[in-house]
Amino acid sequence: MVTATDIPGHNDIGPIFDGEPVLASGIVDYAGAPVVAIGAETYDQGLAAAALVKIVYEELPAVLEIEDALEQELYTYPPQIMTYGDPETAIAGAARKVAGEVRCGGQDHFYLESNIALAVPRDDGDLDVFSSTQHPSEAQHGVAHTIGVPTNAVTVEVRRMGGGFGGKESQPTIIAAIAALLANQTGRPAKLRLRRDDDMIVTGKRHDFLFRYTAGFDDDGRIAGVDILMGMRSGNVADLSPGVLARALCHADNCYYLPNAVLRGYPCKTNTVSNTAFRGFGGPQGMLVIELILEHIARELGVSLDDVRGVNYYGTDERNVTPYQQTVKDNIIVPLVEQLKSEIDFDGMSRAVDAFNASHETLKKGLALMPVKFGISFNTPKLNQAGALVHVYTDGSVHLNHGGTEMGQGLFTKVAQVVASTFQIDLDNIKISATRTDKVPNTSATAASSGSDLNGMAALNASEIIKGRMTDVAAAHFGVDRDSIAFRANRIYAGNESVSFSELAQMTYDERQSLSAAGYYSTPGLHWDAAKLVGNPFYYFTYGAAVAEVVIDTLTGESRVLRADLLQDVGSSLNPAIDLGQIEGAFVQGQGWLTSEELVWDGQGRLMTHGPSTYKIPGSRDVPPVFNVHLLEDAPNRFPTVFRSKAVGEPPLMLAISVWLAISRCRVANHGSPPSGETGCTGDARSHSERGGRHPDSRSELTDTAKPLRSCSKVSRHDPVFRANACAYYSAARAGGAFFRCIRCPRTLTNSAISPSWPMLITVRRRSWTSCCASLAP
Amino acid sequence: MTINFSLNGEPCQEASVAPTKTVLEYLREDHGLTGTKEGCAEGDCGACSVVLVRNGTDQRVAVNSCLLTVGQLDGADLITVEGLSERNGELEAVQQAVVTEDGTQCGFCTPGFVMALHALRHTGETVTEEIIHDALAGNLCRCTGYRSIVDAARSACTEPAENSTPRADRETGEWHEFGDEKFLAPRTLDDLLAARLAHPDAPLLSGGTDLGLSFSKGRKHFPVTIFTQDVSELRRIENTATTLTIGAAATYTEALPFVTAAWPSFATLIRRIGSRQIRNVGTIGGNIGNASPIGDTPPCLIALDAKLHLHGQNGPRDIPLEDYFLDYRKTDLAADEVISAVEIPKLSDGQVFRAYKVSKRYDQDISAVIGAFRLTIKDNIVTDARIAFGGMAATPKRAVKCEAGLIGKAWTEDTARDVGELIAEDFAPIDDHRASAAYRVRVGTNLFVRLFRDLAGQDATDVVTL
Repeated sequence: MVTATDIPGHNDIGPIFDGEPVLASGIVDYAGAPVVAIGAETYDQGLAAAALVKIVYEELPAVLEIEDALEQELYTYPPQIMTYGDPETAIAGAARKVAGEVRCGGQDHFYLESNIALAVPRDDGDLDVFSSTQHPSEAQHGVAHTIGVPTNAVTVEVRRMGGGFGGKESQPTIIAAIAALLANQTGRPAKLRLRRDDDMIVTGKRHDFLFRYTAGFDDDGRIAGVDILMGMRSGNVADLSPGVLARALCHADNCYYLPNAVLRGYPCKTNTVSNTAFRGFGGPQGMLVIELILEHIARELGVSLDDVRGVNYYGTDERNVTPYQQTVKDNIIVPLVEQLKSEIDFDGMSRAVDAFNASHETLKKGLALMPVKFGISFNTPKLNQAGALVHVYTDGSVHLNHGGTEMGQGLFTKVAQVVASTFQIDLDNIKISATRTDKVPNTSATAASSGSDLNGMAALNASEIIKGRMTDVAAAHFGVDRDSIAFRANRIYAGNESVSFSELAQMTYDERQSLSAAGYYSTPGLHWDAAKLVGNPFYYFTYGAAVAEVVIDTLTGESRVLRADLLQDVGSSLNPAIDLGQIEGAFVQGQGWLTSEELVWDGQGRLMTHGPSTYKIPGSRDVPPVFNVHLLEDAPNRFPTVFRSKAVGEPPLMLAISVWLAISRCRVANHGSPPSGETGCTGDARSHSERGGRHPDSRSELTDTAKPLRSCSKVSRHDPVFRANACAYYSAARAGGAFFRCIRCPRTLTNSAISPSWPMLITVRRRSWTSCCASLAP
Repeated sequence: MTINFSLNGEPCQEASVAPTKTVLEYLREDHGLTGTKEGCAEGDCGACSVVLVRNGTDQRVAVNSCLLTVGQLDGADLITVEGLSERNGELEAVQQAVVTEDGTQCGFCTPGFVMALHALRHTGETVTEEIIHDALAGNLCRCTGYRSIVDAARSACTEPAENSTPRADRETGEWHEFGDEKFLAPRTLDDLLAARLAHPDAPLLSGGTDLGLSFSKGRKHFPVTIFTQDVSELRRIENTATTLTIGAAATYTEALPFVTAAWPSFATLIRRIGSRQIRNVGTIGGNIGNASPIGDTPPCLIALDAKLHLHGQNGPRDIPLEDYFLDYRKTDLAADEVISAVEIPKLSDGQVFRAYKVSKRYDQDISAVIGAFRLTIKDNIVTDARIAFGGMAATPKRAVKCEAGLIGKAWTEDTARDVGELIAEDFAPIDDHRASAAYRVRVGTNLFVRLFRDLAGQDATDVVTL
């Protein structure tokens, strides 16, 4: 049995700030906080022992609501206030104003595999820890710190996770630390697997927010200034809240230029479990409030939300500086939105919805668009680094390791593709091994959508180092200069002569050249002043837009998403099949957040929804029956990322805000306005049909200045071309930028065969662990 | 006695395991078959799905292994994800389709989906989108957004499987014992009553979709557990021109075709009870027996004027179902009695029946409110009304004021709306995590409007139909 007093090292696993205990000591500051850990040989034995533990609690006053924490100024760390321009003067001098209060709920990650760790004692007091974590290095630090040993005594290994979504970024550390404590105390392997209910009670979730806003704007709806208060439920400790709140503040602009803004972030300390990272990391909450403000402005002016957006979108050459003073250099939102609207005939859909509403009394439809701009990079610059380790063996097989973790997002496949592409060998020659802290040290969490950006580049770097040595050996062998050596189709060519990749590997060994390299990458050009909340935190932005059509039953409030059309910028996709899966999954997860998923606490601060019987994530029927996902074509990243790709993990989640906005439209169709008090909108709402004050010229001005996109033909999963291409793409960086080749499409195959400068074609089907996928839990 | 079954084609005689151990734990711990996953241990996520061919049947059905006890395996053929692929290593059709359609990301839910779809492939149903969602309602995926899984289902299950399922047919035992735990599986009603008399505190295990939680999550070890699904009298379904009598231990799946024929609206509601995995073992008898205030069938059965057949030491007695529920989880069942069947009168001329379930999610959710209505309308005048609600009180109950308000009135939308307002007089529901009291009252009222519009055949009345 282990309590706080039995901890040999430090009872503290705070990822950013100190003071976050593994086991509660003295004060239990939320209902469900772990106090004691018991080792047992069987599950039931452990439960029986746990039932014998008596904890005597003295009840102290609790703060359970964001409002109460705000009022009492209880924060887990000091508030973060971002100011740009002179918002006070701008709002005071604006022709019109709206103000309101609104809140959004939290969300449980509901990864299908709950948190789990296995700690195994090794020689010399060392510990091997197998953990389901997105952040092996942090688990390593947490365990070493708790046990009181140097970092080099602890090795953390992650083969894969059964889902993460941010919920396994900092939270697994406590699980690993408890398992390690028991292993350390007993000298025997110890495993801790949380039951679903415990997982939901004890680990953090997406932060719920309370927003209060005032916005000043002109008669066109153009924002002059905003003052936004964000009260976030940090929970009992800070955990990753500083990063989440910073990202919320950095996304309260979404796609819109805010010439004057004060964004006040308050990390409210409540006696509930500390909230944590969740896909989007504050971005969804930040975007939600600005969309609500624009919607409020639209109602105030009696124009459409899209009209108000039209006059507020970031420009490309002017009106392009964010409230945190980063210049947006890659803005494509206006043409992207226009492309989506024209391809789905948004106006026609809109008319059809109006016609439906005119002919139906109890069912009402709503249609809404959501544009998204999402900043890519960790807000904290130091985290934007990664390492990789590549070995080529003398038979030509390749061992790949990198600091990223696989949670189902397809990172391992993408990084292996990068290596295969560099060496121009088949993907099957590459073994992707489990992430381990003794292979690649000091890693960042696989988070912030950055997994392939960072680890792909590090693996590319390692592969190029080895390839350089192999090139030297080949040049000497063939008696030509380095530039004449070409890696192609599993062979290395010098003119008409060639050797196989495996032969060259053997030759490189024979020449006593190393076939192993550690690669490294750090994202260039980032800086961030965490005190002033200004800087250049993001390497680039990714863009997307979605239109959702929703129906509600006004008698019962039941809703259903009937259709969603998504257009997502992924740069030059490393693997469209994987990206498609990420986009669809993120959208449905976001839809769940904004519809059926509801966390409910009782008046005592106890979570009432701690299992799938009470907490309802979307099921297969909840997916829109018409669900068209389009990847923006021919849109290579303007920044030199790995093969000009873009991050994809988080951004599409925010496309689901379209669902929320569409539900809001349904309610407008029913009531003439969303009932006040529920959205917290205090404005004088008008009905959908009461339009006026619209300035048709205002949007075209922006459209004209935006750079036109290259042809972006529709990519739908129902489109036969896409069906063929999505299965097996291959992308490679070339001097002229990235391009794709498909192994399944005969036409492209022919093209490739006749073009010697193009890479060979390889299968890049993602690896599926279909049936017997051995998860960590034996 | 040993528990006789086959596991992935290999015969198993199990005598050294607690009969109320869950099959999920048994597979993982005793056989090292870790492809079957625990996602929730409450039958809601489907990661633990396995396929069962019950003794005496030749149907493969998906079930939640987290709620199924080893004792319930007696006589059955059990198939897990490890047993699907061919001996030459070739993937089974559903597995292959999931690979081809990229239907897996983290992979944790995948074996459960594969098993659910494997069962679907063998039902012989004409696979439509509706059927696919019905078959997948018990499986949660958090990564993919389902589209790729539905595509896999469409491609693998549209053509039914060629190989037929051999009938499971083997010797079973009437009792099993391990340590200090007894598992009684009587074959006849008399034996069941004898067991009940001898062990009045022993839980009656039917499908185990509710009681199973006591084993999986509650970690309870009862000295004696009485299993009812081997009692032949309790498995009978008798269908006559005027009544349908469903044995207490008949599964929802077995009863569904008969219910569909008599009361389509009730059948629609039953299809929203749990998932196929739940309905393949769960029973209406159990739904009544556990006396939950939010059981889905009791409001319907009360509105339909069903009666319960009870059997005890003093012989049989019949009571109206509404008299069975005394208070929260308290019933009129005597310590020596069992529910043997529920008898439901069919609709007579002029009678209509509708049931509406409102929940956060359409599939596999516990209702916030259920309204069930049996109206007799003659010449547009309501001559009789039986209306029952679930989720509005500590027990499923009739809305007597609403009923009284309707009788004798002309059946118009105004009548429906006005009478619906009486819900607030019939019920004083509570706030909980499913819905607020105010919401429940508002929805209860509004369901009368839906009822009118539904019966009038006015445009779409339910979002799911669009």
